[in-house]
Amino acid sequence: MTGGTVTDGTVVPLRRRRVIGLLAALALLVLLLLASIAVGSRDIPFAGVLDALLHDTGEGDAYVVWSLRVPRTAVLLATGIALGVAGMLIQALTRNPLADPGILGVNAGAALFVALGIAVFHLSSPGQYVWFSFAGALLATVVVYAVGSAGRGSIDPIQLTLAGVTLGSILFGVVSAMTLLDRHTFEQMRNWNAGSVASRGWDVLLPVLPFLVAGVILAIAVAGPLNAIALGDDLATSLGVHIGRTQVIVVVAVTLLAGGATAIAGPIGFVGLMAPHVVRWIVGPDQRWILGGTLLLAPALLTAADVVGRTVMRPGELPVGIVMAFVGAPILVLLVRRRRVSAL
Amino acid sequence: MTSVDFGRRTWVLRRGGLALRWQARTVITCALLAAAALAATAAALALGDFPLTPAQVWAALTGDSRAGFARIVVLEWRLPRAVAAVLFGAALGAAGAVFQSLTRNALASPDIIGISSGAYTGAVIVIILVHGSYLQQTAGAFVGGIVTAATIYLLAWRNGMQGFRLIIVGIAVSAMLTSLNTWLMLTADLEVAIAASAWGAGSLAGIGPREVLVGGGVVLSLMIVLTAFGHPMRQMELGDDAARATGTRTEPLRLAVIVIAVGLTAVVSAAAGPIAFVALAAPQITRRMCRTPGVAVLPAALTGAVLLAGAELVALHVLPVALPVGVVTVVLGGAYLLWLIVHEVRRR
Repeated sequence: MTGGTVTDGTVVPLRRRRVIGLLAALALLVLLLLASIAVGSRDIPFAGVLDALLHDTGEGDAYVVWSLRVPRTAVLLATGIALGVAGMLIQALTRNPLADPGILGVNAGAALFVALGIAVFHLSSPGQYVWFSFAGALLATVVVYAVGSAGRGSIDPIQLTLAGVTLGSILFGVVSAMTLLDRHTFEQMRNWNAGSVASRGWDVLLPVLPFLVAGVILAIAVAGPLNAIALGDDLATSLGVHIGRTQVIVVVAVTLLAGGATAIAGPIGFVGLMAPHVVRWIVGPDQRWILGGTLLLAPALLTAADVVGRTVMRPGELPVGIVMAFVGAPILVLLVRRRRVSAL
Repeated sequence: MTSVDFGRRTWVLRRGGLALRWQARTVITCALLAAAALAATAAALALGDFPLTPAQVWAALTGDSRAGFARIVVLEWRLPRAVAAVLFGAALGAAGAVFQSLTRNALASPDIIGISSGAYTGAVIVIILVHGSYLQQTAGAFVGGIVTAATIYLLAWRNGMQGFRLIIVGIAVSAMLTSLNTWLMLTADLEVAIAASAWGAGSLAGIGPREVLVGGGVVLSLMIVLTAFGHPMRQMELGDDAARATGTRTEPLRLAVIVIAVGLTAVVSAAAGPIAFVALAAPQITRRMCRTPGVAVLPAALTGAVLLAGAELVALHVLPVALPVGVVTVVLGGAYLLWLIVHEVRRR
């Protein structure tokens, strides 16, 4: 190892690239968070926004900023981090670059329980969906984990992936049957399915926040061992990594993070898949650096998508889940055409 | 056991060879699958609101003059759907096997390069914006699927085609189309959205004799061409370098089989909607039944046929409510695949 990566014929020292990349991501995130507070259906000049941020008078512009935009921005930050880190973990665990957090059946389980909640208990608001969604995500993951690790002590990545995709498809099939047979459920589910942070505030975020924080702490704890696991199970064992324990921690973390994010905002795809990819191209294969970069880039992406969604159809807005792919996909295509891609 | 052990002999199944036990298992599995597909077709012809005995079905099929009304029931009402279920299922299974073999990734299926979401977008636009007829829906879906696949291929092309780049671009474009579809559904009237959603689950309800003749003809001819590539595809599974070393021209081969797989999926998506999961599950189910290391095209096609034909029977005759066949396929095929995965582990 020379510590450098060849890009377009020049050698850029890896360490400098990592630091610059992370600083750029941080600056981008701060800018976008500010933009998220500044932009909305009510026209408030930037000076007014700053003034409202500094002096919470509780009425007028300050009310809009503090009771609508700040909570929403906090939700974006938390959801973005959760989805991005979950994606990074699941890609490292399954050693499959196509894996996204939904692969453990999180989205499908959440969808099934929310659909059940709507059809049986007549729920109708995001605040009521939260615990159904979370419970569904947890249950689906437990089943996927049981099938994916059946027969031995540790998880077989391919077995886990297949089990997750399969269970996810089955559950989505059941959901689609439920929605096709009942118009009311269909109507509610097509809104939930889009994935949105509109009218999500502290009441939805705070109950879930402890789970998200726990998930991120677990992710930080396993980033080192995941580096060893990338070398293959045998080498990792000989390097002193407890594979079974690491895998269980990763699954728990992904469940908390992706389940929590889905409970808050509904299924938001693509960010968990894309953010770790882009970060990996910048910082190289070290999972600790990927984690750091994902912590900054994933919420930046999600916030960018939401700001765009709020801007394009003013005074109405597009759900962030729908805009996400339109913001992220062109970037991903440009990047994949420019660089030599990393296949994990 | 790796693919190398099979060598050339894999495709000469009936003559046996070095790895006799494995080949015998594959041959028996294929024979059983073919029998199951035939049985499902026969059942589909006999069952319904106007039940027929096997003798009556046979008389209708052979053009016996005593068949009478049964002739119309069998030939015009039931046969198109039954044949479509088998042929379209086979097409999806084969296309899935091609993609999983090329990318050596169990998550890969033609859906990944956007044909299904593109076809869905095409059809949803026709349904929601134009309120078009079934034929226009079909055309919209076909154009949507092909245009998407071509776009992805062009975007991913840069000094040659790299499998991984194709997948990433495919995921990106598919994600955009899926978002577009979700948005179109949100903006549509409830009734129209439900109709579009039912089409999106995949259904054989609109299949008539004309659709089967055109769609089935294309599917059959593409499958015949595909069998010619069986052996070089096995070489490709060893990796590009190894394949080149054994005399396989990888680039033209990859393009050719991708075009065939895309064609198969696009035809099915156009005629019956984006039936999910068959392409992904059929090769994996087959691999476990045959206990082979890689995915093979012909057995996967047979599995796909049985999956779709069986699901169609269940959807029409077992369930108390009318559901699109795609929903049933996912639940039944998925449950079976899960069972296979657990079972496979127990055996080890």
